[in-house]
Amino acid sequence: MQVTRRQFFKICAAGVGSSSLVALGFAPGEALAEVREFKLARASETRSTCPYCSVACGLLVYGVGDKAKNAKTSIIHIEGDPDNPVNRGTLCPKGAGLLDFVHSESRLRFPEYRAAGSNEWQRISWDDAFTRIAKHMKADRDANFVAKNDKGETVNRWLTAGMLASSAASNETGMISAKFVRSLGIVSVDTQARI
Amino acid sequence: MTNHWVDIKNADLIIIMGGNAAEAHPCGFKWVTEAKAHRGAKLVVVDPRFNRSAAVSDYYAPIRPGTDIAFLGGVINYLLSNNKIHEEYVKHYTNAPYLVREDFSFNDGLFSGYDAEKRKYNRDTWDYALGKDGYVEIDETLQNPRCVYQLMKQHYARYTPETVSRVCGTPKEAFLKVAEMIGETSRPDKVMTILYALGWTQHTTGSQNIRTMAMIQLLLGNIGRVGGGVNALRGHSNVQGITDMNLVSGVMPGYLRMAADEEQDFQGFLSKRALKPLRPNQMSYWQNFPKFWVSLAKTFYGKAATKENDFSYHWFPKYDKPYDVLQMFERMHNGQMNGFICQGFNPLAAVPCLQKVSAALSKLKYLVVIDPLSTETAEFWRDHGELNSVDASKIQTEVFRLPANCFAEETGSYTNSGRVLQWHWSAADGPGDAKGDVEIIAGIFTRMRDMYRKEGGAFPEPILNLTWPYSIPDQPSPEELAREFSGKALADVTDPKDPTKVLAKAGEQLASFAHLRDDGSTSSGNWLYCGSWSQAGNLMARRETSDPSGLGFYPNWGFSWPANRRVLYNRANCDVSGKPWDPSRKTIAWDGSKWTGFDVPDMRPDAAPEEDVGPFIMHPDGVGHLFALKGMADGPFPEHYEPFETPLGVNPMHPKNPLVTSNPVSRLFAYDKAQLGKADKFPYVATTYRLTEHYHYWTKNVRINSILQPSQFIEMNEELAKEKGIAHGDTVKVTSNRGYIRAVAVVTKRLRPLDIDGKKVHTIGIPIHWGFIGVAKKGFLANRLTPFVGDATAHTPEFKAFLVNIEKV
Repeated sequence: MQVTRRQFFKICAAGVGSSSLVALGFAPGEALAEVREFKLARASETRSTCPYCSVACGLLVYGVGDKAKNAKTSIIHIEGDPDNPVNRGTLCPKGAGLLDFVHSESRLRFPEYRAAGSNEWQRISWDDAFTRIAKHMKADRDANFVAKNDKGETVNRWLTAGMLASSAASNETGMISAKFVRSLGIVSVDTQARI
Repeated sequence: MTNHWVDIKNADLIIIMGGNAAEAHPCGFKWVTEAKAHRGAKLVVVDPRFNRSAAVSDYYAPIRPGTDIAFLGGVINYLLSNNKIHEEYVKHYTNAPYLVREDFSFNDGLFSGYDAEKRKYNRDTWDYALGKDGYVEIDETLQNPRCVYQLMKQHYARYTPETVSRVCGTPKEAFLKVAEMIGETSRPDKVMTILYALGWTQHTTGSQNIRTMAMIQLLLGNIGRVGGGVNALRGHSNVQGITDMNLVSGVMPGYLRMAADEEQDFQGFLSKRALKPLRPNQMSYWQNFPKFWVSLAKTFYGKAATKENDFSYHWFPKYDKPYDVLQMFERMHNGQMNGFICQGFNPLAAVPCLQKVSAALSKLKYLVVIDPLSTETAEFWRDHGELNSVDASKIQTEVFRLPANCFAEETGSYTNSGRVLQWHWSAADGPGDAKGDVEIIAGIFTRMRDMYRKEGGAFPEPILNLTWPYSIPDQPSPEELAREFSGKALADVTDPKDPTKVLAKAGEQLASFAHLRDDGSTSSGNWLYCGSWSQAGNLMARRETSDPSGLGFYPNWGFSWPANRRVLYNRANCDVSGKPWDPSRKTIAWDGSKWTGFDVPDMRPDAAPEEDVGPFIMHPDGVGHLFALKGMADGPFPEHYEPFETPLGVNPMHPKNPLVTSNPVSRLFAYDKAQLGKADKFPYVATTYRLTEHYHYWTKNVRINSILQPSQFIEMNEELAKEKGIAHGDTVKVTSNRGYIRAVAVVTKRLRPLDIDGKKVHTIGIPIHWGFIGVAKKGFLANRLTPFVGDATAHTPEFKAFLVNIEKV
């Protein structure tokens, strides 16, 4: 008697009597459907921190890809880090959805430029973007830098440019942002902490 | 947070007011649950809305938005009238016994020194009475009518339970019940903690809301205590870190206040900040300011910063006024700014009064947006119909939109709300050509520097001399930057007590800010973070889960600033003789020769209790300030002022003085003054809030969260809904004097009408998470409604209390 795995389970479910089928030699043939392989088995695990609120829950981020030049790692799963003393492996509805943030269709992929009066973006290179931004900033700084105030006091500030720094950025980004804005003389600096 | 997340489990009473931890900080809120389940702690929630924190509380009291000072002032009055204070703590660890100048006064809502024209105080009289020896005079009996205790008692005597109820709409019995529960923790063996968030900061009295609770915690002896403190549950995962890095107006990393225009002399600048002790034997730790500043200047300008040029003092810009985000957009709106960089910041959604922000951005010559996601700000020029009605052809702003990596694609540290720096590692590359934030800033800077090198230009010295010690100049590594903010010895650093002992050799990473010097021999980009990357390596990356005290300090997990201290002011966890107030919650104690224990002592290690060194070491008097001296813009004692859009039209505490209806010193620009609405046309109070499924304006780009909460709604009470003929699920239009939104009405019992001075006041709740970009259903940015006016001291906008009308559409 040939039975598939599925039929075998059906027969078993049909009645107590059928539970003796195995004993009578009616074992199912080779399984056609297998239990799916554990998806993290071949993933690499990276320790990270949730970017949302300042509970700053510990995360385990799982990526697949061998990190060779031609095989970019893709993140396939994110969960709470059980070692973290604060969140102990748990995540809230925001943190539990982080995978969809990483892969959001709203992620930006290339530098883009919108010209004055234009109704569209155009893709530009990083070098082009950096150079054009630097030119704008230098021209404005050179034209509007205030070395001394009305009283003749040395103030060395640049009032026509400003920067909002991200509170979701790392401390290391904060360090370089501080060096950047202060050395240029920018005084209009603020972050989400204000609001 | 003075304390940290896990420490909440050590509290006996938890107050949540001005926040909603269960929904906004769910994984931190677990420690509230832990305290309730295993310690028998009680949870009290005071909020306009019966939110999910309230749903699991032991007691809930409603309150009208914007009246927290009235409520908490009432608590102070209750504690003082019923002798529910921790007397020994108050006498020894606060400025209650200190005498105040004779000419300090308070009259009908105004403190001495008010200038109505400038809307500013001259704060000279808000000061101590000094004796001939230069120290403050004190009266340990607390009887002198000019001592802080008596002045405070007199100030808050007006805040009776009846007045609280009349101003806040909180039923008198509910207020008294909360006050009584709070009062119980004045016992040395009972500790209360307070958890707050934007519900306190986003008011024109925001800073004083927090101060009032800080005063209560001082009166109860709950600061410095395990399970106590004043705990801000902050927003972004690294908002604490970026605050510590002081990417804000007028302050350098480590809270080093920058120079004002008139401070032309470097030594004068330093000595003004190196505060001298106001009482004998006090540490007055800001005396070390010159060491912190010079080490910072060396980080910036290296060998170019010399003793001879005052360590490049004039290369740092000077300030004539605050340039906070409201000031920025005011100036932009006036056409006074040409260029703007938004790094992971979406001001079109996040700054109040969208119409003003949009008009301001339209006046820029160039805008640079650095973000992992598409944002409304980057597309402010694009017409999105009713949701963003603009004509792109008329907007001349050039916009650069630069793709940034997100958290999972970068390596570095975040500082959590409990001041713990934790390292994270990159798991993958960003999509497409995205780059890290560091690389993007470096890319712009190095090109500017090259241009200044070749072409010259305005004041090029700071740009050309900025240290850039990174092995790949276009790609500074997070490790290099972390070592830079932590700090190193530039020459051998020796022990001042024994010059033969070398604490750090030239080139070595420093172990502690105690090793910083003011002679140029050390560098540190942020003294508070000094030691986070020492010779022992990257302490932020530590992951040891041992907890020897059992109190949840985890001393070898990450690095907690300052000096890996887990609870600030922990000297105050002990009585005057150096014994813990509660032996079961011991952090440090005096062992006869030194301070020692489970935490890093917040005290000179050999300061014997007899020396009477106060626990608040950053203050020149060593004690906690019940009287704030000159620190706050709007007064040394918090006073109730109405929101700028008040449903009452007058301040019920001072009905006859129109100068003090709302905060008399909040900055109000002419354009925004004209935009304020009145109760005759906009009779309902509105308050903005957040949902547990969403995070600001990010998660509308995230599929799962957009499925969980797909559509914009507002929340209103049943009585008002009936009155206006609005049913659950109807579409309504909510209008302020600045604009409108349309949303689905959710009619609930969670909001209730309050009786304010005989008048019925309804509150409408407005979640903020929708906009015209993202995968969620499109909606209106809620800041079309909110007023462009901020707190008098911190300039944080008043998102939590304004006036609207509502109609069915």
